[in-house]
Amino acid sequence: MGRYQYQHFGYVPPPELSGRAAPSRYPVVIVGAGPIGLAMAIDLAVRGIASVVLDDNDVVSVGSRAICWAKRTLEIFDRLGVGERIVAKGVTWKIGRVFHGDREVYDFDLLPEDGHKMPAFVNLQQYYVEQYLVERAREFPDLIDLRFKNKVIGVRHLVDVVTVSVETLDGSYQLTADYLLACDGAKSLVRAELGLEFAGKLFEERFLIADIELKADFPSERRFWFEPTFHAGQSALLHKQPDDIYRIDLQLGWDADPEVERQPENVLPRIERVLGRSDFELDWVSVYTFQCRRLERFVHDRVIFVGDSAHVVSPFGARGGNGGIQDVDNLGWKLAAVLKGHAPEALLSSYDDERIRGADENIANSSRATNFMTPKSAMEKILRDEVLDLAGEMPFARRLVNSGRLSVPCSLAGLPLQTPSADAVLEPGSPCKDAPLRKDGEDVWLLNQLGDGFALLSFGSRPRIEVTDIAYIHVARPEEGDLQDVTGHAFERYGDGMTYLIRPDQHVAAAFRIPDAAAICAARDRALARP
Amino acid sequence: MMIDLGSDRLGPSGDLFYAELLQVHEGLSPEDSARLNVRMVLLLANQIGNLDALRAALAKAKERFER
Ligand SMILES: Cc1cc2nc3c(=O)[nH]c(=O)nc-3n(C[C@H](O)[C@H](O)[C@H](O)COP(=O)(O)OP(=O)(O)OC[C@H]3O[C@@H](n4cnc5c(N)ncnc54)[C@H](O)[C@@H]3O)c2cc1C
Repeated sequence: MGRYQYQHFGYVPPPELSGRAAPSRYPVVIVGAGPIGLAMAIDLAVRGIASVVLDDNDVVSVGSRAICWAKRTLEIFDRLGVGERIVAKGVTWKIGRVFHGDREVYDFDLLPEDGHKMPAFVNLQQYYVEQYLVERAREFPDLIDLRFKNKVIGVRHLVDVVTVSVETLDGSYQLTADYLLACDGAKSLVRAELGLEFAGKLFEERFLIADIELKADFPSERRFWFEPTFHAGQSALLHKQPDDIYRIDLQLGWDADPEVERQPENVLPRIERVLGRSDFELDWVSVYTFQCRRLERFVHDRVIFVGDSAHVVSPFGARGGNGGIQDVDNLGWKLAAVLKGHAPEALLSSYDDERIRGADENIANSSRATNFMTPKSAMEKILRDEVLDLAGEMPFARRLVNSGRLSVPCSLAGLPLQTPSADAVLEPGSPCKDAPLRKDGEDVWLLNQLGDGFALLSFGSRPRIEVTDIAYIHVARPEEGDLQDVTGHAFERYGDGMTYLIRPDQHVAAAFRIPDAAAICAARDRALARP
Repeated sequence: MMIDLGSDRLGPSGDLFYAELLQVHEGLSPEDSARLNVRMVLLLANQIGNLDALRAALAKAKERFER
């Protein structure tokens, strides 16, 4: 297979510096072409909104970094047009095994039910994901203006407008935008320019993260060890990636010297002990300290923070990149609606409500897992060890063992955009569940039917209901309509006879046992924060 | 009657309980931590209020030191 070939995307002098025609003001400028900035530009482009993307670099992520992409993220990637490619290239897995010493104490299956297009998890190195996103973004040449080696060096935020200063090989220039989306990662310059506090905590622990190339057929599982014999007293994680690459995380302790630990002569023996063999090559290695932090608010008038610039988590649970992609999913349709004049600017503040809930869930889960892994006092260590000891025999203790609670979608239930419903089988605020369907004799998936706008999704025999600007999708029993539930999964997941109003981000906005146009319009207006 | 000590009754609250248990111990000396644990045991024993269940739990807890 061979290792990943990093390609330079290249620098093209921007119109502002090359005398080509340039608008005096752009609707959206995105800082950062990491996975989040790129996905953001594509989500907006799918909705017809143009953006300029500025990145200080011109290569994809160096090293694998985010490798585990969760089901909801894959569904979002599918909506953006890269999901199938990511699944095809990636390693699909759903089983995790947890060991204490040499003894297996626990295993879990992350997708116990079938009838979903996307698997529970796919492992794919962040560099591939970014490459696929760049290639997809380039399919929108009129809407996405990707500018590599354009470094943002200053931000000025005035009422209703933002100006950024950009530095290139050809000198500096300024851009003016209606909205600036800060997707510039954990060390966000935009955040610093606005003087915003990034509150949270640092875990006093160091982890060695390595990608190794090895020809072996280890099963596609996540394996986690507490106190393995091969790495005494610490923890270890092994993940399979495509191209014969394996990812190994090793806990090192707070006293470890990152510079020393990074050296191949120190890394290699550690990994040899994990694998019990030495026929591998080191592809990438890094030593990390993890943090959980977030901004108090993500929306600052015309500057909006998305992804790691808004929140960071420790990686146990794979909630960083996955959480950021859910930010994109949440913000894209809202910003598009505001820019098109379909919704008031107040809609954007719901991004704060909805994604701060998500970030807090991710931070809580990642912190608990990291605390379990890195006991900070004698008492914490005793508690952890006794849980592990009991876990072999006692199911309740097994549930307390925490090697990372893996990313699941956040429910938006109870937040203002949703209309509560007592009848709903799938509660308003939930992401839609996928199901296999049949259309014109072909197998299709429910989520792929939803489109990019609001949709009415109805199940079973109901009279058709027409509401302007809302797509109507009717799922029928076999032989009874154009779109058929041949397996019964859709009826089971949504309820026979139910009608749902679906938001453009595939979340349930409202549910009706007996729908009428007025109630549907009211729920749609509520979901758009219309007064 | 068989005493069922193993079944999980905390469900998803388990992670929260664990986090709160760590929190109450934070900043305590080892001796105070031990005292806190004993107070917890006494409170929980009274909460359970069933000598058979408590005996089973004592025996299970002790096994570790008899291996
Ligand atoms: C070891 C490790 C393992 C991880 N594992 C997982 C996992 O399994 N699953 C998961 O979901 N997440 C994981 N994560 C987290 C994931 O990598 C991040 O959440 C993700 O990269 C965030 O994407 P982002 O686009 O917000 O930021 P970044 O990826 O950091 O991208 C920011 C971009 O902005 C650019 N930029 C920065 N400043 C400027 C500037 N001034 N001007 C112009 N451009 C700028 C940068 O060059 C970069 O391209 C892991 C992270 C680490 C470190």
